[in-house]
Amino acid sequence: MYYRTHISVKNLNVSYGSQKVLNDISIDIPDKKITAIIGPSGCGKTTLLKSFNRLLELQEGVSIKGQVLVDGEDINDPNVEVTHLRKKMGLLFQRPQVLPMSIYENVAYGPRLHGIKDRKALDDAVSHYLKEATLWDEVKDRLHKPASRLSIGQQQRLCLARGLAVEPEVILGDEPTSALDPISAERIERKLLDLKNRYTIVLVTHILRQARRLADYIIFLYMGNLVEHGPVEDFFENPKDPKARAYISGQFIESSDA
Amino acid sequence: MDRRNLEEGFFKIIMAGSAIITVMSLIFILSTVFIKGLPALSIDMIIKTPQGGYYIGREGGILNAILGSLAIGTGATALALAVSLPVVFYLHIYRRKKSKFSKMVRFFLDVLWGVPSIVYGAFGFTVMIFFGLKASLIAGIFTVALLIIPIMARSIDETLRMIPFEMNESCLALGSTRWELAAKVITRQAFPGILTAALISFGRGIGDAASVLFTAGFTDYIPYSLFKPVATLPLAIFFQLGTPFPEVRQRGYASALVLTLLILAVSVVARLMSKKFVRNIIK
Repeated sequence: MYYRTHISVKNLNVSYGSQKVLNDISIDIPDKKITAIIGPSGCGKTTLLKSFNRLLELQEGVSIKGQVLVDGEDINDPNVEVTHLRKKMGLLFQRPQVLPMSIYENVAYGPRLHGIKDRKALDDAVSHYLKEATLWDEVKDRLHKPASRLSIGQQQRLCLARGLAVEPEVILGDEPTSALDPISAERIERKLLDLKNRYTIVLVTHILRQARRLADYIIFLYMGNLVEHGPVEDFFENPKDPKARAYISGQFIESSDA
Repeated sequence: MDRRNLEEGFFKIIMAGSAIITVMSLIFILSTVFIKGLPALSIDMIIKTPQGGYYIGREGGILNAILGSLAIGTGATALALAVSLPVVFYLHIYRRKKSKFSKMVRFFLDVLWGVPSIVYGAFGFTVMIFFGLKASLIAGIFTVALLIIPIMARSIDETLRMIPFEMNESCLALGSTRWELAAKVITRQAFPGILTAALISFGRGIGDAASVLFTAGFTDYIPYSLFKPVATLPLAIFFQLGTPFPEVRQRGYASALVLTLLILAVSVVARLMSKKFVRNIIK
């Protein structure tokens, strides 16, 4: 199957201090598909995800070598505006992190940053993206109440609305359903499936079934190495690497070469 | 009773005793000031300046010192805030947490915190002389600002430490610059803490005598110019208590009562206001 590439990682090496986290990763992330990064805890999933929007460089003592190309452009090039790069990517965290302001202001935050000042345009954007994140009906009467009063599931949808409101091309999710109850998780999952025709989506998940339900493409990391990647059917039906096979079937991975 | 029980009882009594001594000392201080000061406190004392040509005499009031202290406290707090906020934002948002530079700045602030206020007074005096300035409101404001900057900066620093790193990340992920993160998000989240830090520093600054002794001077007039001396409550108390006249000494206690009430009011306001502003805060 042929995929158009949106994000391209070339020989990416990341270490925190003396500890190597990602080891020579090269991978292409397909455009307008859901890609799931899976693997055991501490294998570098989140690190890989955060390298896409350069959030990684905020980490303590991190050193990054290699290239990440977004739309063919090296994101570490000195000419790239980091704010512009990040605007292209909406990010959902494990635990939703709303901003200390009202529901309305949370969604309007991004559009305001990127230059929308007109009240009417902001109102429209807020209602549009809250509807997009299926939160509108629950909050339309209390838009100016603090966002912190929402339930955690609602906060995650608010974060989705906030992320979409900057009009990104990519949605990054770092286990975005893991702190949510099953119903809230399902709403987020449905929404992601619904959004994948318009956005490139990259999810970190440790839930294999979730990867299988949502993803088109799988990246399997183990101890900082890219072990296997491929379309979801191939990966789950016919994994080539013994580690991937063991991980899928829920066995311990023999760490002979680790 | 065996040895371990005795030991347990002995240390428990020491601990409870220390707690009681702490509470009692506050009560004793407050009651001394109230008992000795309240009879001499009158409306005249609060709304009039000293009368009769005599330094803090038997007539008139201490309006000069009240207004002078408020002017120095407010000015110094504003100035200290203008320095502390950038310092702390720089440490938290532009520098990594464990950077050598941040550690050094924090260490310096801690050392400055421990410098006695008379040293600030002496330093302020030297600088004043150097610039050919006389004892004045502006010199007092600068010196007191120096005194409270470490207190304010370290208190705000502690507040900002409580902010989850994910908040910075999620804000930057939306395409904020670091400055926008500081101005639009961190300031809001930390607002109650910043306010508390400012008011604590105000209280500390308004109550300090040694730093204003040489720098602000003293006068019977209410403050009217940045470049003229101003009176302050701690010095008014100092001068009043130092006189041989019992009724003037009693007025000294009344001045102490005014100062105490002022600081008490500030801390009550600080608590109320920080409650009011937690509405949007993410816990």
